[in-house]
Amino acid sequence: MSRGVTELSAATHDLHMMVFWWCVAIGVVVFGVMIFSLLKHRKSAGAKPASFSHSTAAEVIWTAIPVVILLLMAVPAAETLIRIEDSRDPDMSVIVTAYQWKWHYKYQDEGVEFYSSLALPSIEARSKQSGIDPFSVDNYLLDVDRPLVVPKGKKVRLLLTSNDVVHSWWVPQLAIKKDAIPGVVNEAWFRATETGTYRGQCAELCGKDHGYMPIVVEVVEPDTYQAWIQTQTDDKARLARVEN
Amino acid sequence: MTAAALDAHEAHDDHGPARGIKRWLFTTNHKDIGTMYLVLSLTMFFIGGTMALVIRSELMAPGLQFVHPEFFNSMTTMHALVMVFGAVMPAFVGLANWMIPMMIGAPDMALPRMNNWSFWILPVAFGILISTLFMPGGGPASGWTMYPPLVLQTGNAFPFLIFSIHLMGLSSIMGAINIIVTILNMRAPEMWLLKMPMFVWTWLITAYLLIAVMPVLAGAVTMLLTDQFFGTSFFLAAGGGDPVMFQHIFWFFGHPEVYIMILPAFGVVSEIIPTFSRKPLFGHDSMVYAASCIAFLSFIVWAHHMFTVGMPLSGQLFFMFATMLIAVPTGVKIFNWVATMWRGSMTFETPMLFSLAFVFLFTIGGFSGLMLAVVPSDIQYHDSYFVVAHFHYVLVPGSVFALFAAAYYWLPKWTGFMYNEAAGKLHFWLSAVFVNVTFFPMHFLGLAGMPRRIPDYSTQFADFNWIASVGAIGFGLSQLIFLYVLLTAKKGAKATDRVWEAPRGLEWTVPSPAPYHTFATPPKLRVAQEAFE
Repeated sequence: MSRGVTELSAATHDLHMMVFWWCVAIGVVVFGVMIFSLLKHRKSAGAKPASFSHSTAAEVIWTAIPVVILLLMAVPAAETLIRIEDSRDPDMSVIVTAYQWKWHYKYQDEGVEFYSSLALPSIEARSKQSGIDPFSVDNYLLDVDRPLVVPKGKKVRLLLTSNDVVHSWWVPQLAIKKDAIPGVVNEAWFRATETGTYRGQCAELCGKDHGYMPIVVEVVEPDTYQAWIQTQTDDKARLARVEN
Repeated sequence: MTAAALDAHEAHDDHGPARGIKRWLFTTNHKDIGTMYLVLSLTMFFIGGTMALVIRSELMAPGLQFVHPEFFNSMTTMHALVMVFGAVMPAFVGLANWMIPMMIGAPDMALPRMNNWSFWILPVAFGILISTLFMPGGGPASGWTMYPPLVLQTGNAFPFLIFSIHLMGLSSIMGAINIIVTILNMRAPEMWLLKMPMFVWTWLITAYLLIAVMPVLAGAVTMLLTDQFFGTSFFLAAGGGDPVMFQHIFWFFGHPEVYIMILPAFGVVSEIIPTFSRKPLFGHDSMVYAASCIAFLSFIVWAHHMFTVGMPLSGQLFFMFATMLIAVPTGVKIFNWVATMWRGSMTFETPMLFSLAFVFLFTIGGFSGLMLAVVPSDIQYHDSYFVVAHFHYVLVPGSVFALFAAAYYWLPKWTGFMYNEAAGKLHFWLSAVFVNVTFFPMHFLGLAGMPRRIPDYSTQFADFNWIASVGAIGFGLSQLIFLYVLLTAKKGAKATDRVWEAPRGLEWTVPSPAPYHTFATPPKLRVAQEAFE
């Protein structure tokens, strides 16, 4: 699992590694005993079977020790979860609406909105017998025409819903996976600590093109973000004039 | 009753199997029905396996090579439905039919006619389900979890999908009732509940789980049906319904369902390890309590399948803690198996090899299960290949390996001949290697960010997918050895009544092959025990 670029993605990664190492430790002990027994207590090595069939002391011990280990895992897990669920006081909010098979982003206060779909080079290469080698396409299936742009260091709240079926907005490096469900508005938030381009995909089976609705988030410096929002608003104004 | 009627009745008691197709259509004999269940299950295992190979072939390299995304989705959906309801569950019911009466000293199942009915529903159900692949709009493609609203976009297959699931549920419920009634009423004298073999115990618990949750599944899919055809809005937001409610109902069935597929496997392994360790099962009673605990907990952890749907914090905490608790009784079972081997005198025939691999690899699946319980990290694992790796580790080297172990263990009792041990061992080693080549890389794919149920993927996932696909093809081909062993099962040496060196249990007191009717009079448990000493 990637450490990601938010405080919570780092915390999640640490939890993941902690539980993993506990599993390794338990595995070494259990498999160690088992392998020792397999080598030593085999008939071909002349082992004579013992006849014991229970030991209350042993059973109490191997019930109690796992309980203690579980408590050691449960406490930090609960602490991190409480932080994940605290989406209060965001700096900005983006309404994410899922469609079969693209995403729609609407910056709640800025009035900027657009669809984000699979980028053209991937579309050309994806069809059966397209003759285009996927390895020749940059970020094959993980690139979009218009990425979501957000400022670094700001608490960005996502409000997720869906227009048709259940989808799920997943960007591993932001440690966010949240379902977009029709009739429901779900919340998720992140505060990216590094600028960069982060890619993800829809994670909940949503029909035939489920594999073809990627997510790209560009985290930029706050100034760059302001400038970007400005061009979007200008574009919109220009478009409105053309239409009139 | 007149004397003539009595005579006719007596004569009836002695009959052997009927001739030809009628034997199988009208049979009420638990051994015949068990055999039919096992044959059906093996057929489904190969059909579902073929679907898995379609999936893995498509995923061998990035880009679409063989199938279209719609068909790919219906392959993942059908693979799961066929394997869960067609391969694993009927296989355990088949084993229950064959072995439970023989293990508790009963002449047959308690409700033999219902037994016939509960089997013969299944070929019809799967005929319907598989025929959906040829219908306009293609087979169901919304995943075996059938989440609305997506499932409502299914074509003509939709009502047939629902109907086949109703039939499977009906069959499972009848089978479960039969097993409970048999176990509770037809045990040999002196076989108190806590003296029952572990396989019988785990099946008793499983049967209660089946009765509790199959109606829930039936209810959930019926609501889908009325949403689609009768204007209700149980799960449609536009009509005031809630798509998430379906997920809650489905997983209230779905989580006990996974224990329905693993508890009898625990039972099988608990029979085999003591036999080949030449030592009694360690902590029989605590195994019973552990299995009961697991069954109870299975009802209060369902929402751990849904940590990303947006539940209240308190709900997520509850389901996380409850899920973590399952590790305790499951740990007890694994420690008890290891303690059974400890200071035993082990030999490694094919059933033992499969059981040992079960303990190793199921434990690995248990570890990833524990990782999945931790909500913050689960949010990252959810719907990724990490989850695919996890449940295939508990189902393939878990349930399926236990089924192979059971088949090899009891085959000589069924056929009266020893199977080909060399071929069995080859089957084991190839399966054990390839199952890991197939499923271990999937952990890495999930952690690298590959979602499940996608027909094509970005190029950074190519290497591990290629390895997994090679493993899957190897695993699939290795299963042909199992078919070979079954087809040549009667070519080996004559099996003794006891078959193995040190098994205990009433099934080993009857001749090999087991006669058409066994235990017409209840056996004496103590006599059987003394004979084994």
